[in-house]
Amino acid sequence: MPSYSFVLNGKPVTVEAPSDMPLLWVLRDLLGVTGPKYGCGVGVCRACTSHLDGEEIQPCLVPVADCAGRGVTTIEGLADGDRLHPVQQAWLDCDVAQCGFCQPGQIMAAVALLKKTSRPTDADIDGIENVCRCGTYSRIREAIKKVAATAGTADDEGPGRTGTHTV
Amino acid sequence: MSGQLSRRRFMVYSLAASTLTVAAPIGCDTAKADGTARRGEGARRPSDVVVTGTDEEMLVLEVTTANKVVVRLPRAEVGQGITTAVAMMIAEELDARIEDVQIPLADARSKGNQFTGGSNSVSSLYGPARALAATARARLVTAAAKRWNLPPRTLRTRDTKVVGPDGRTATFGSLSADAARIRRPAVSSRPKPASRHRVIGKPTTRIDARDIVTGKAKYAGDLAVADAKPTVVARPPTLLGKVVSVDDRAARAMPGVRAVVRVPGGVAVVADTFHHAFKAEKALRITWAPGPLAALSDAAIRSRLRTAVPRFGTPPTGSTQVAGEFEFAFVSHAPMEVLTAVADVRAGSAEIWFSSQSPQEARDSIAAAVGLPASKVRVHVVRGGGSFGRRLNYDAAIEAALISKKARRPVKLMWSRADDVRHGRMRPASHHRIRASVQRGRVVAFEHAMASVNESYGAAQEQGQSAQGGVSTTPVAWAGRAPAAGPLPSDSGLYNFGRISGNSGGVGLAMPLGAWRSVDSGTMRTAEEIVVDEVARSLGRDPVAFRRATLRSKAVRAVLDKVASAGRWGRTLPTGHAQGVAVHEEYGSCVACLVEIDATNRKEPRVTRVVMAADVGTAVNPRGLQAQLMGAATDGISTVLRAGLHIDRGAVRESSYADFRYARQRHAPTHFEAHIMPSRQDPGGAGELGVPAAAGAVANAYARATGTRPRRFPIDF
Repeated sequence: MPSYSFVLNGKPVTVEAPSDMPLLWVLRDLLGVTGPKYGCGVGVCRACTSHLDGEEIQPCLVPVADCAGRGVTTIEGLADGDRLHPVQQAWLDCDVAQCGFCQPGQIMAAVALLKKTSRPTDADIDGIENVCRCGTYSRIREAIKKVAATAGTADDEGPGRTGTHTV
Repeated sequence: MSGQLSRRRFMVYSLAASTLTVAAPIGCDTAKADGTARRGEGARRPSDVVVTGTDEEMLVLEVTTANKVVVRLPRAEVGQGITTAVAMMIAEELDARIEDVQIPLADARSKGNQFTGGSNSVSSLYGPARALAATARARLVTAAAKRWNLPPRTLRTRDTKVVGPDGRTATFGSLSADAARIRRPAVSSRPKPASRHRVIGKPTTRIDARDIVTGKAKYAGDLAVADAKPTVVARPPTLLGKVVSVDDRAARAMPGVRAVVRVPGGVAVVADTFHHAFKAEKALRITWAPGPLAALSDAAIRSRLRTAVPRFGTPPTGSTQVAGEFEFAFVSHAPMEVLTAVADVRAGSAEIWFSSQSPQEARDSIAAAVGLPASKVRVHVVRGGGSFGRRLNYDAAIEAALISKKARRPVKLMWSRADDVRHGRMRPASHHRIRASVQRGRVVAFEHAMASVNESYGAAQEQGQSAQGGVSTTPVAWAGRAPAAGPLPSDSGLYNFGRISGNSGGVGLAMPLGAWRSVDSGTMRTAEEIVVDEVARSLGRDPVAFRRATLRSKAVRAVLDKVASAGRWGRTLPTGHAQGVAVHEEYGSCVACLVEIDATNRKEPRVTRVVMAADVGTAVNPRGLQAQLMGAATDGISTVLRAGLHIDRGAVRESSYADFRYARQRHAPTHFEAHIMPSRQDPGGAGELGVPAAAGAVANAYARATGTRPRRFPIDF
């Protein structure tokens, strides 16, 4: 079985896995990192949304071989110790979550959006494809705008910044 | 509004323990809590008697020496926020910090009401939870008074501590052992009057919010149960199709595959990871027999429903009629977390972990399915990633138990999203015929006849068994419906419409159905609110003014007035845009919804603004209630405009969120507001309340924006 090394939330990891094994199952079933959720397995619901070298990905679609030598950030790697990422803090302040299952993916998508554009318009926010079956969309929008209003810190991706992981 | 809960005394018992542990029976308010009388409860003695033995039917509060207040909740948390609401009730009456209150979910119990549904959790727990905490507080204060040798009335409580007149403090945890020995508290153990509430009624962030945003919140699939291996099931192409034969040689030979076993729903693969399980599942060569509906498609189902709608009688002489026929498609619950269950079935016992709204029935059914006595089956209730009624049924748990038994090992079963969408459950399709008879500018009769698909297996009972994973499905289907049934919408008398009548028929089909948030009201009341708008139009009346003039209840009129003013009803909008409004009353609560829609492009209408107002009696957590209304609005937008399931020759056509088109961010309003009416009444229900009003308002806005009369939902299907 081939083995792959990458940086996960700031720490180097090595896994033995088939080359076509999606990162989602490497994270969940081999590494015990369960923040990224399975919701469809085909990149549609985006509950697994995470970052690869700082860019948004859907780990259910990315084979582990594509991650070799790169930096993977999941929801678990977003906060700096006990200090939440501003997007996580905004999610708390706006009490966005209901069941919470999609929210790790929603937060990672919002972080990626805010990195591309620190003051997203409603149209930019409309471009987020992540499904929330509880229908928390209005609070997601509110939380993103809250971060944008206090912008300047939103492009800090926390402790994931080591090794080959460029942010 | 809701009942007179607070005027009742809730009996509270001390349990013999080394730390303060008190218990209150839930469901004393029998009619509301679970619909069953609790005879024999009188045999128990009130609070000055220490009760030992079972606490099974109780809500139990324990103060730990680590200064945590723990209440094991006999309900499911699926996003509706019941753990936060109960933590607030406890924190209020104990004067505890909410972060010191822990609300783990109780395992399935052998007695009592552990059912989550019918929007009754807050109303059934509001009395007992507060009585429980107030009793605990009285004992803690008494224990501190004894320790300090001070008059108890001079002591106060705050921040999980008792505070003396000189400022000295003792944590509840440090007093717990002493308080456990207090028989007669020296201060009142009655809950506070509402005027002194500081937690109840204050907008409060979910107690699990931080766990959620950091990825720490655990759902069934995230549990690390020793050696429970990832498991998926190959399912038939049609609903309730059957395995004729299977060639599993290639699958078994694949790396990482631990077992391949047949179950009523298909063929299960147990493997080291879900990647290996899915790959091996695809390598199975299965010959399927078609399911019982293989000849049936939507057109035929719609036609049978139409035929099954009971006929109307003769309308009042001299009246004119405003009538409409409405069709609603099947709708998937599609919670974000697909059905997942961890099962470890051994020769003499079994343990199952999953999210369940009805864990007691689940345990009994699982026990029957695997041939164990119910007392040997432990069901751990895990937080759920959404439900909307889906977790009333426990299909996946029974299936997981059967697989574990056959494979002789612990398994972690997960339905794929395609399994979830294509194999149910779903809100039944329905057909509605509504007729308002108008005379001299007034509605003098209002009739609603409808028919919906019923889950029925008839002679093909064996087929039905596969739907629930091996045991009869019928009781489960009923479990979802019975407790949620309030007055039938047409009997609710929302409007002064003269003679009101309702009648229903059904079409029995062998397909997996389930109660969907707001159950029958989601279709029936939506259709009725559309007809109310059409009656108003036929009379040349404004929809808000017409409702104001005909609504029976002041409370409903008040929420309608609230959305009309806050939402600026009647304001000028561009061509192709319009407002729509609807109201609903159920669960001892009422709600109004005003939406604005941009239907400039009729194919892609966008609801741009939503304003809701709700009167639910005391709103324990206004922020949580607003969240429930927001979710209901999204459900209304989705089911009216976009999201439904097609049946093609006995199979569900859709298979993911790509084609089951639940709303995304770009379909949600850019402006949402929810107003909570002040009230001193006891809490009514709220979780499902908003759906019919939101759906009705979206349909009415679309009709006004486009000049059409929407009749079939979802509109873009």
